[in-house]
Amino acid sequence: MDAVVLQLLNGLDKGGAYALIALGLTLIFGTLGVVNFAHGALFMIGGFCAVTMQKLLTLSKKVKDESVTFFDSYTEVPYLRLWLGDAGERIIDYAVPLSILLAIPVMLLLGVAIERGLIRHFYRRPHADQILVTFGLAIVLQEIVKASFGANPIPTPAPAIVAGSAAVGSWIGLSDVVSYPWWRLVYFLFSLAVIGAVFAFLRFTTFGMVVRAGMRDRETVGLFGIDIERRFTIVFGIAVVVAGLAGAMYTPILSPDYHMGMEFLVLSFVVVVVGGMGSLEGAVAAGFLLGILQSFASMNEVKSLIPGIDQIIIYMVAVAILLVRPRGLMGRTGVMET
Amino acid sequence: MSAFDEDNDRRKVLKAGLALGAGLAAPSLIYTRNAWAANFRNDPTAKKTVMLGFNVPLTGAYADEGADELRAFKLAVKHLNGEGDGGMMKTFKPSKLTGKGILGKKVEYVSGDDQTKADAARASAKRMIEKDGVIMFSGGSSSATAVACQALAQEMGIVFMNGLTHSNDTTMKDRRRYGFRHFFNAYMSGQALAPILKDEFGRDRQAYHLTADYTWGWTQEESIKAATEKLGWKTVKAVRTPLGAGDFSQYLTPVLNSGADILILNHYGKDMVNSLTQAVQFGMRDKQVNGKRFEIVVPLYSRLMVQGAGEAAKGILGTANWHWTLEDEATKVFAKSFGNEYGAPPSQAAHTCYVQALLYANACEMAGTFYPPEVIKALEGFKFDGMGNGPTEYRAGDHQCFKEVLVMRGVQKPSNKFSLLEVVKVVPRSQVEYPVTMGGGELGPYKA
Amino acid sequence: MNARFEPDNGRRRDRLLLIGFAVAVLAMPLWMRPFGAAYPDLLQRFAIFGIFAMGFNILFGLTGYLSFGHAAFLGVGSYTAVWAFKLLTVNVLPAIAFAMLVSGAFALAIGYVSLRRSGIYFSILTLAFAQMCYNLAYSVLTPVTNGETGLQITRTDPRLIDTWISGASNLIPATNLFGLEMKGYAGFYFCAVVLIAAFYVAMRISRSPFGTMLRAIKSNQNRLNYTGVHSRPYALAAFVISGVYAGLAGALLACTDPLAGAERMQWTASGEVVLMTILGGVGTLLGPVLGAVIIKYLENIFSAFNEQTLHGVFGFLPDGLENGVVTVAGLFVGEGWHLTLGALFMVLVIFLPGGVMEGARRVGGRIRRWRAAPRAGVRRLAPADSGATPGD
Repeated sequence: MDAVVLQLLNGLDKGGAYALIALGLTLIFGTLGVVNFAHGALFMIGGFCAVTMQKLLTLSKKVKDESVTFFDSYTEVPYLRLWLGDAGERIIDYAVPLSILLAIPVMLLLGVAIERGLIRHFYRRPHADQILVTFGLAIVLQEIVKASFGANPIPTPAPAIVAGSAAVGSWIGLSDVVSYPWWRLVYFLFSLAVIGAVFAFLRFTTFGMVVRAGMRDRETVGLFGIDIERRFTIVFGIAVVVAGLAGAMYTPILSPDYHMGMEFLVLSFVVVVVGGMGSLEGAVAAGFLLGILQSFASMNEVKSLIPGIDQIIIYMVAVAILLVRPRGLMGRTGVMET
Repeated sequence: MSAFDEDNDRRKVLKAGLALGAGLAAPSLIYTRNAWAANFRNDPTAKKTVMLGFNVPLTGAYADEGADELRAFKLAVKHLNGEGDGGMMKTFKPSKLTGKGILGKKVEYVSGDDQTKADAARASAKRMIEKDGVIMFSGGSSSATAVACQALAQEMGIVFMNGLTHSNDTTMKDRRRYGFRHFFNAYMSGQALAPILKDEFGRDRQAYHLTADYTWGWTQEESIKAATEKLGWKTVKAVRTPLGAGDFSQYLTPVLNSGADILILNHYGKDMVNSLTQAVQFGMRDKQVNGKRFEIVVPLYSRLMVQGAGEAAKGILGTANWHWTLEDEATKVFAKSFGNEYGAPPSQAAHTCYVQALLYANACEMAGTFYPPEVIKALEGFKFDGMGNGPTEYRAGDHQCFKEVLVMRGVQKPSNKFSLLEVVKVVPRSQVEYPVTMGGGELGPYKA
Repeated sequence: MNARFEPDNGRRRDRLLLIGFAVAVLAMPLWMRPFGAAYPDLLQRFAIFGIFAMGFNILFGLTGYLSFGHAAFLGVGSYTAVWAFKLLTVNVLPAIAFAMLVSGAFALAIGYVSLRRSGIYFSILTLAFAQMCYNLAYSVLTPVTNGETGLQITRTDPRLIDTWISGASNLIPATNLFGLEMKGYAGFYFCAVVLIAAFYVAMRISRSPFGTMLRAIKSNQNRLNYTGVHSRPYALAAFVISGVYAGLAGALLACTDPLAGAERMQWTASGEVVLMTILGGVGTLLGPVLGAVIIKYLENIFSAFNEQTLHGVFGFLPDGLENGVVTVAGLFVGEGWHLTLGALFMVLVIFLPGGVMEGARRVGGRIRRWRAAPRAGVRRLAPADSGATPGD
């Protein structure tokens, strides 16, 4: 029982990341009709927003390190610590949550720029062209990040207060062995909050209503005299912000490096396909489902039955769903059913 | 109307084309054959400089070590050319190095990124050999790349001085005449670490191994398992993790309810930084299993990794090839030289690469030529001292250096940001030596 | 009268194209020298990835199916070839034959499943299969593939045919073609000959009724189905053929460098061949090879440029300007060459989706129009030669 609960928890934080990225992808695909291969790169840029925030907060001054004697060594003392002492230390500690403040405007700006500059011209072009140009965009974004931050992962730790593990076991009456890092639980709750916010926006605002209608049937919305293309920029912006937030908060779990986007991209597409292209609920549900599935597949008992299952289970599920039920778990009939 | 009489004319054109192609190609074929037969590949006799190639990982799981290796190489080239403060050239004996390059020729270098991948390492090395004309290449921080490059070295007839590679295979199963390793290997780590583990943790322990899934991980797991099982420990499980996996949570969660009370991390570089930090995040060091405190062991340690792991590495045991806090003259000189140049003391990766570069240069001086078979003969059986590890011998039978091994522990209260590891024991050579036939493998011929 | 529906003119042009191509490829060590690309390893890569891209073009260029999974076939070809070296003989012919067979079988299996869907679903299916194969090769099937360390020839391999012919060997043998070692320029010429043969086959496929059927699939598969043609076997055949080409490329990679690593099977390697094909010109014959040459050149040569080389190139500018230009250019060369690649790719997809070949064609058309245009005082009596789009 302990093992099951542990694995369940394990799947939740990864599933949260998948769900958020897939949510953005589905929004873009369902509303704009564009296949966005650059979404993984946007997730990665969100992560680097957190890195930038950390760098900003730890801008430091070189001070000679007296403790190292036989060569001249300098240590860096952050300005915040010099000026504000303990409070400054506390602020630096919370760099990752504070990066949300940086991530939202930056990603919004980036999303609007990409949509206006590039995606707009590709609405009518075939999907293959969209895939190719967004793939090229992903490479360019990646390389710009690599040139600015270096090619290696940059560790961004979580705030010290949540850096340890929670004794989850004792909360639900299981043994003490079941403990899980705090930050991963925080991330799971954060992803739920963001998903909730997006759904609320779509449900309770007029703008959201138009977007939902457009996802369902773009032609009819046009017949009503509503110019849906004007809404596209904002929808794209929202999707990009969601991906960015997912990336920013994920950095303590996986140190961001310029290549992480591509790795998450494949999995996110698999999630979207399993959940159903064009279904937001499907994307979210499939994200969590696949995260948990992958987690269970890496249990030693399962691996001893079928070695290596954890590496390929997600892809096998994707293949199975694509063959048997191409509209995905919650997709609508008729969407791309060739 | 077409003037082409189909069959005849087509054949004529094809023959003409082939003849033309062969005619154009002939000079190049003859040229390459001559370049081989008369001397040896990339013979620098006619040139005023010699070119060395440094194939290090600048991206990937071992990038930090790779960057340090490159710094050490550059410093070595500087010292060989007589610039800088001479570094370990002052303490190295018996040395024939003059500080005027190698055999009077100035040393230049070219570097490449092997991306911690065997494919990329070979491609980069091939480019350096064929395009840049290097006479020796060095580097590698992953044993996979080291094994691949060593094989390439043998094929192409260029000497490869291994950098940071810890797998047994490099000088056992996959040993090659054109490859030389100064760094210690997993078997030596196991032999050095086992007695300390027995003293610290007792004889009755259940060990769980997390292993990087490639040659180094496999051999280290094998060596540590053999050494600890001889003590009386039981190995509960050994799980393979992909190299460069950032998130180890799926491998760590099963550890807690497997009944193991020691976690052995056969990881290095970024892998170890991540797995150790995450293991501590999962609260493993605070647990009690089987009535004993849960412990973590990292058999191969490095200061760079500890810097990355921060708090998590305090008190953790492991082994290392060299550490800058050793008390002997050579270490002090080198640490000072490197520190003044780069603002941080050298890691063990940097140390081994610097030493290898100097050893190669010295071997050329001893042999009096750059001809690889002669240089190789000069290195085989070479005994030296003053390079930071005490008296060292390059064993002829397997091209492995035999010297002292260090057992290290993460310091609880570091006095400065570089003194993160302390030496628990300096294990003498006799305790870690093994017969030359162990592991099998054949060196191969002198002439490539 | 010929039963074929292409004029004699076309056949003659094709022949000239083939001969020109053959001469250009065989003479590469010469004319590549000023570009600094004349060393054997790079030339071999030009040939090998040219074959890979040509095969991919048969699928993507002719049928329009965008597959992200071809790197898996490349990897399968490499691994099969190395196993053939280990088990049978280091003569390259059996290795190549087996590699083509096995990767063809793989392509048949994967294609059969993937082609049940089209469009983006097809792409994602191939992507999923490619990643699955990569993960299998990397971690699960390590006894077969040796995972991260890569598969190499060792001294103690069985090599049954070799031992039967000449007895056990003391050394690690080198891959050879009946004694001609596949190293250096000899290796390149072997790959070049295979490239020319592959080019000829691709040309024949493209010109044949089968090729026309594939083009029909690209233009509108639904309509084709409505006319009663069963289109899926054609698409599957194209998929298998491109898989065989990929396997051949993988085998040649192993012949010239007997190490098979799992890295070549990642989906980003598939992305690279997509880039090559698009860059050169989708659907054209020369395009993919051109794209392969450009990208491999950028990867190996561009990425080795550093500050000194740039200063050498821009040395004629005044100092301040030179430094500025070098700093900006420095972002795009050396380690930043991928940036150049990505940017170039985006520009091409946006403005010139036909790749370099289309660019060349447009420039050529413009030149032709300029020459045929009436000039002041001089009237040319050239017939309708002005600006009509030439066929490929």
